Amino acid sequence: MLRFLIRRTLTGLLVIWLISVVVFAIFFIAPPNVAFLLLGKFQASNQQLVEQVTAQLGLNKPIPVQYWNFLVRLLHGNLGYSYYSHEAVTTLIGRALPVTASLAIGAAIIWVVSGVLIGVLSATHPRSIRDRLATLFALTGLSFPTFVLGLILLFFLFYKLHLAGIDWFPGSGYVPLTQDPWQWFLHLILPWITLAVASMAVYVRLARGQMLEVLGDDYIRTARAKGLSETRVTFRHALRAALVPIVTQFGIDVATLLGGAIVTEQVFGLNGLGALSVSSVVNQDEPVIIAIVLLAAVFVVIANILVDILYAVLDPRVRLE
Amino acid sequence: MPLLEVRDLTVSFHTSDGLVQAVRGVSFDVEKGHTLGVVGESGSGKTVCTQTLLGLTPGADVSGQALFDGRDLLRMSPAELQRVRGARIAAIFQDPLSSLHPLYTVGWQIVEMIRAHRHIARSAARARAIELLDMVGIPQAASRVDDYPHQFSGGMRQRAMIAMALALDPDLIIADEPTTALDATVQAQVIELMTKLQTEFDTALIIITHDMGVIAETADEVMVMYAGKAVEKADRRTLFYFPHHPYTKGLLESIPGSTAAGERLRPIPGQPPSLISIPTGCAFHPRCQYVMDRCISEVPPLFDIAGGHTSACFLPTQILGLGEDVDRERASAAAAGRAENGAAARLAARATEEIETAGVHLPDAGVLAGAGMSDRSRGPRTSQNSPDDAGTQP
Ligand SMILES: Nc1ncnc2c1ncn2[C@@H]1O[C@H](COP(=O)(O)OP(=O)(O)OP(=O)(O)O)[C@@H](O)[C@H]1O
Ligand code: SF4
Ligand SMILES: [Mg+2]
Repeated sequence: MLRFLIRRTLTGLLVIWLISVVVFAIFFIAPPNVAFLLLGKFQASNQQLVEQVTAQLGLNKPIPVQYWNFLVRLLHGNLGYSYYSHEAVTTLIGRALPVTASLAIGAAIIWVVSGVLIGVLSATHPRSIRDRLATLFALTGLSFPTFVLGLILLFFLFYKLHLAGIDWFPGSGYVPLTQDPWQWFLHLILPWITLAVASMAVYVRLARGQMLEVLGDDYIRTARAKGLSETRVTFRHALRAALVPIVTQFGIDVATLLGGAIVTEQVFGLNGLGALSVSSVVNQDEPVIIAIVLLAAVFVVIANILVDILYAVLDPRVRLE
Repeated sequence: MPLLEVRDLTVSFHTSDGLVQAVRGVSFDVEKGHTLGVVGESGSGKTVCTQTLLGLTPGADVSGQALFDGRDLLRMSPAELQRVRGARIAAIFQDPLSSLHPLYTVGWQIVEMIRAHRHIARSAARARAIELLDMVGIPQAASRVDDYPHQFSGGMRQRAMIAMALALDPDLIIADEPTTALDATVQAQVIELMTKLQTEFDTALIIITHDMGVIAETADEVMVMYAGKAVEKADRRTLFYFPHHPYTKGLLESIPGSTAAGERLRPIPGQPPSLISIPTGCAFHPRCQYVMDRCISEVPPLFDIAGGHTSACFLPTQILGLGEDVDRERASAAAAGRAENGAAARLAARATEEIETAGVHLPDAGVLAGAGMSDRSRGPRTSQNSPDDAGTQP
């Protein structure tokens, strides 16, 4: 098990390194006119200034040297400075990360817990009204584009309520958790729901399918024959066994979280990593783009290792191998 | 009063292919401390029949009565049934690997069962689990209690299931093909363990099998099932030496090494019927070499033969037993019941021909020795039981 984890960590590091090379290659080998971007239209005609800036950034050095410098800075936690706002990239990310983390973690908890719960409840009564409603919900949820759902929620729960004089849900913005947990929560409810619904639908289907399969297994019959309550049979025995493939799916979905977060952040005016990546791409702000891509890679690699660990915790047959 | 009194149990399933009549009016008794053997080919309804008693056949249409200690199991509320399951009627299933939860330790699963019925501390339940595992012959029970099922060998898993079944000292254990998934040598050890513990605990046992050898070693009474019905019921001796029903005779003749087969190993020709379209009259008639005209149109009831021996067959009740002489009597009685060129005559000719071609010559062997047919006296057995193997070490 330990060897397995070490191997996974090493391959993860390799993946991150490869991504750093690719990102570097894309942005540094065929760079846009950085000096032009930095200096603006008027000063860019000043040849001397352009050369000075280029030298400052080390862009006149051979490419391998540039990569080496890039890597050394990276390992020191220095991600460079935004071409656009001149702020340290770490500062920008440090400001945006808590927003996206709050959004993503909250949404993931909502979608996994409620998706699995709905799936379980519909599997224990297949073809009942409750099961059909869950299926209907899953299909609707799956076919709704995230931004449409976000706008609908905003329209009814913010705008319409606001017109009616009820201000339960703020329409946009973010309040740090450390500053005011309740406001943090209120500001995130609608974004959480928006981001969670589509994925939740996937988990309803997945959990239902897994549960139906597991409920037909012999050890479930044994559990009932032992005289256990139906609740215990469902949750301690059936769900426990159905959880393993659900966790695997979650490992895959974590990677797509960031994509969903970009859209949701735009709709709800949250200044998270999604918003930051959109603005940095629009502004061709390379250091920021590179940092976000690398951060996403690290995040996915770590999430996958965590899922592997969880997998082993959940299944003794994996753990004891 | 018998411990369990099942009357006219009928179980059917609605499926997309049609109504599956899995059990069609079965009645039987199980006395306290006795063993009932239920035998029959695959699909004859043995499992459905017994699992319905515990309410383990969801989606089934059930009618009839199953009085257990005077209370009808089929009409109990879920909560009442829950108190009976495990504590008063325990179950052992065919495949011990798939019957144990793969993600919990063996000990956890036994402790869970004990604590579902008794309010005792976890540590006390655990001590009891170790004691039980030790009793069923698991070596180093104190450490193996924390093993997962996949770390046990097949024989040890079934021993663990037996330990679990005995945990709450139930009145009745239902063992559904407890040895089918095991190796031959392990099979014998598990059967021996079960009968030994059964005597020790004075537990009644229903043992389901398609192996007449297992019946010979364990059963006090035997019920032979065919197409969802009990076709013959008798005590073990009578059933082995004086069978009446041609299907029972067929089962006995297919035991390898028995002279009941008259030097031949004769599998019963043909296939068991689909339980969606059951043959008219006697359900066995398409495969029976003694089929008579009335067998095609009339359903034979269970005829009394003598002192608790019953058989659902129209052949004269005095024609009992195995061997060529008895078979000749059966054949002539059957011929008398057939019109010269009727459907029954043609069916009989075909069945006889199939039996002739299917017969395999075998060297002679001792009378029913192959079936382990030795007289078993009730009371404590002296046989040793050794652990089948040490199992796979983690
Ligand atoms: N839940 C169910 N739905 C539909 N049909 C079923 C169901 N359970 C059992 N049956 C059918 O009932 C019939 C009897 O099955 P059962 O399992 O009792 O046979 P068996 O005698 O135990 O056979 P085996 O020796 O193979 O275990 C079979 O034809 C089976 O297909
Ligand atoms: S003789 Fe008739 S009743 Fe008896 S088993 Fe054969 S077909 Fe059935
Ligand atoms: Mg069966």
